[in-house]
Amino acid sequence: MTVRALPALGPVRELGVPSEVERVLPNGLCVRAIRRAAVPLVELRLRIPFARAPLAGAELLAQTLLSGTETMSNRDIAVGLQAVGGGLSAGVDPDWLLVSGNALVTGLDRLLEVLAEVLTGAAYPQDEVATERDRLIDRIQVANSQPAHLVRVALLKRMYDGHPYAVQTPQPDEVREVRPEQLRALHTERVRPTGASLVVVGDLPPEQALDAAERALAGWTGAGERVALPPTPPLTPGPVLLVDRPGAVQSSLRVALPAVARTDPAHAPLQLANLVFGGYFSSRWVENIREDKGYTYGPHSLIEHAAAGSALIAGAEVATEVTAPALLETFYELGRLASLPPEDDELEQARQYALGTLRLGMSTQAGLAGLASMYAGFGLRLEFLAEHAARLARATRDDVAEAAARYLAPSRAVTVVLGDAERVEAALAALQPVERRPSP
Amino acid sequence: MRRRRARVWSVAARRVRIPTTDYPVERFVLDNGLRVVLAPDRSAPVIAVAVVYDVGIRSEPEGRTGFAHLFEHLMFQGSENLEKLAHFRHVQGAGGTFNGSTHLDYTDYFETLPSNALERALFLEADRMRGPRLTEENLRNQVDVVKEEIRVNVLNRPYGGFPWLKLPPVMFDTFPNAHDGYGSFDDLESATVADAEDFFRRYYACGNAVLAVAGDLDVAEATALIERHFGDVPARPAPARPDFGEPDVAAERRESYVDPLAPLPAVAAAWRVPDPITDLTGYLPYVVLAEVLTDGDASRLVERLVLRERIATSVGGYLGFMGEPFAVRDPTALLLQAHLPPGGDVDKVLRVVDEELDRLAQDGPEEGELARVQARMATHLLRDTDAVLGRALSMAVLELQRGTPALINELPRLVGEVTEEQIRQAAAALRPQRRAAVEVVPGGGAK
Repeated sequence: MTVRALPALGPVRELGVPSEVERVLPNGLCVRAIRRAAVPLVELRLRIPFARAPLAGAELLAQTLLSGTETMSNRDIAVGLQAVGGGLSAGVDPDWLLVSGNALVTGLDRLLEVLAEVLTGAAYPQDEVATERDRLIDRIQVANSQPAHLVRVALLKRMYDGHPYAVQTPQPDEVREVRPEQLRALHTERVRPTGASLVVVGDLPPEQALDAAERALAGWTGAGERVALPPTPPLTPGPVLLVDRPGAVQSSLRVALPAVARTDPAHAPLQLANLVFGGYFSSRWVENIREDKGYTYGPHSLIEHAAAGSALIAGAEVATEVTAPALLETFYELGRLASLPPEDDELEQARQYALGTLRLGMSTQAGLAGLASMYAGFGLRLEFLAEHAARLARATRDDVAEAAARYLAPSRAVTVVLGDAERVEAALAALQPVERRPSP
Repeated sequence: MRRRRARVWSVAARRVRIPTTDYPVERFVLDNGLRVVLAPDRSAPVIAVAVVYDVGIRSEPEGRTGFAHLFEHLMFQGSENLEKLAHFRHVQGAGGTFNGSTHLDYTDYFETLPSNALERALFLEADRMRGPRLTEENLRNQVDVVKEEIRVNVLNRPYGGFPWLKLPPVMFDTFPNAHDGYGSFDDLESATVADAEDFFRRYYACGNAVLAVAGDLDVAEATALIERHFGDVPARPAPARPDFGEPDVAAERRESYVDPLAPLPAVAAAWRVPDPITDLTGYLPYVVLAEVLTDGDASRLVERLVLRERIATSVGGYLGFMGEPFAVRDPTALLLQAHLPPGGDVDKVLRVVDEELDRLAQDGPEEGELARVQARMATHLLRDTDAVLGRALSMAVLELQRGTPALINELPRLVGEVTEEQIRQAAAALRPQRRAAVEVVPGGGAK
């Protein structure tokens, strides 16, 4: 067998961030446009502040925003969009109402026309609201049978008790109560251009996209209520919260740790520390509990940023019989990185991954639109990517060790396990104090 | 309720021109039989490298269900010059991402990277094409990992494997088409290193593979690098591909099963369709029909089942059990699936589907209906090709199965050329007696 050497990488090209052209419309809407001509399409993302909107109302508003206006039925909207290869959809999170869409680039005017029509005239028709209310309840019921959802619900409650982030999905009974007039009132109050941002990415000159947006959306006016959330409370470490799911063949482990905002100087070092720990496949945690021990298929560790705070969340679905050993290894890997600096080569590997995947994320229209809109939500421009890349490039081993010591320390962790309590509690209790909850 | 006047769209009756792409495509074959496709596009500084092998779930032997997928995992466990874990580290340490996936008729391995890592990716793929390190330890480890994958995706969640693992055994009679492609735990645990060596020798021949590279590349330079790294992979011819054909469903087939985790009923139905490879013209109308029936709030089944009669909560339609219309061989099917509200009536849903198919078969699409669906399909097709990996994978499979990777540029137009008469005929062919259906009976939604 011939021994062959791994080829070296070619020279690294400078990170080119596509230029983003911005125009703030007289109604307060901030519109940003980016050209990517690779395919004859256009993507748009509209982000409207929605913090503290009532949970059930917000969800149902998103489901029925496109269900009709004074002049257009649900079907008219769907037909009008489809005819230009278009589609729109809406969703909510605790900070935003987000409307996403795409179309053939020749359909941009139509896409914006329909968007303007629903923003200024969504009618929330009785029948359509009733239908979507039932569908939403069905979906919640299905979500409530999914372990990933159940453990998320328990984790958020444990992390954020008392903060609006603690509960992010409504209960069926709350949805059942929502009436069309409440949706109309919520729309009037909150679906406003002030503080909102629209991103358009596609195969057309940015100025042309901005002009089209201005033409279509000038008539959408009014100041929405500006609602700021209090910062998320600090995590309060305590016993492992064990949520019972009798008969489960796997346990869902979730470990939450503190994190910092994207603009914080510690963010780049923390991102690298997270990668070394468990944020990508070639991390200590994945190599340990998957590739060495076979406890799990897809462990993942991610820093989640929301308007009111950031957190690092590590999650794995592990075989019931190895629940405690998997948690032991998780704390071992966190503790190892929190107390010993990473090796130079593993830091470089994580750094290259972080820098390379920035390029991959910007290489499609949809990727660019998502990134630009996400940054707009945090008051940042796409150019921030270049600044972030520079921070990633210059973070030292000491910076990363310091971030790990501070933020990855297992003593700061909030831990939730969803699984068959009868089978996993005793072993978990050997590692950490356990507080058991009945099945949700 | 109050009726709104119908909005007349300014161009509603006019057909939108369906755009296409013109990615240049280079094809060649190395002396050892490896087929190569290059698709340069320098709009972003990234490349995708994909290797697809002409073996999938349908080729795995009886008693070894799930083996094609298990073997895919073993291709990541080290190779001639690479220790275990090295592949992952070399890709990610170059700023890239990787994966592999096992399908009915092929298995793919791929990386997306900044373009300065092209040669590295070629090296990694060539090294495992020469031979993975198949050891007892790695095999046992990956059997455990695959079992957890099956638990996550099938056993520990509601609707696991619905309908892609649940409907084939209803529709098909022969092992290759009907068996569970994720595999039984017994079969997975029985797998041996000798099985893996045999599977590699038989199916992972370079004559049975296609390499595709898309993105920020220079054709001459990439060609030289490919020659350098793949040129001395030992030549082995492709094995003869068995005929997996089965006769059409002759009488309606219907089965049900209890899903102990599912809170609500669901149903999926499938009908055989023409051979996607040898009869693309006959097949395309079904691809469009699935969208006419289910794409968006103005589609026939969403409008009637979900919005008007409220006998379904959601409905979807697509081609092929894994939902990839242009990456599957015969025999395959058009599938419709619906999730129902509490106490929902599956018979009623199927009856309405039959009525809507009859109506479409008799009256044909309404004015503008087909054109708008085709326009939306063009957007979806173009959007998939914007991603460098989407292009590389599509072209690799189109080359593998059809020898026409440039078909990727033609698909939006071909979809747009399907006629109303073809849609009528396709709808008329979806008769109840040709249907195979499977129903999910909710097991109470235990949490």
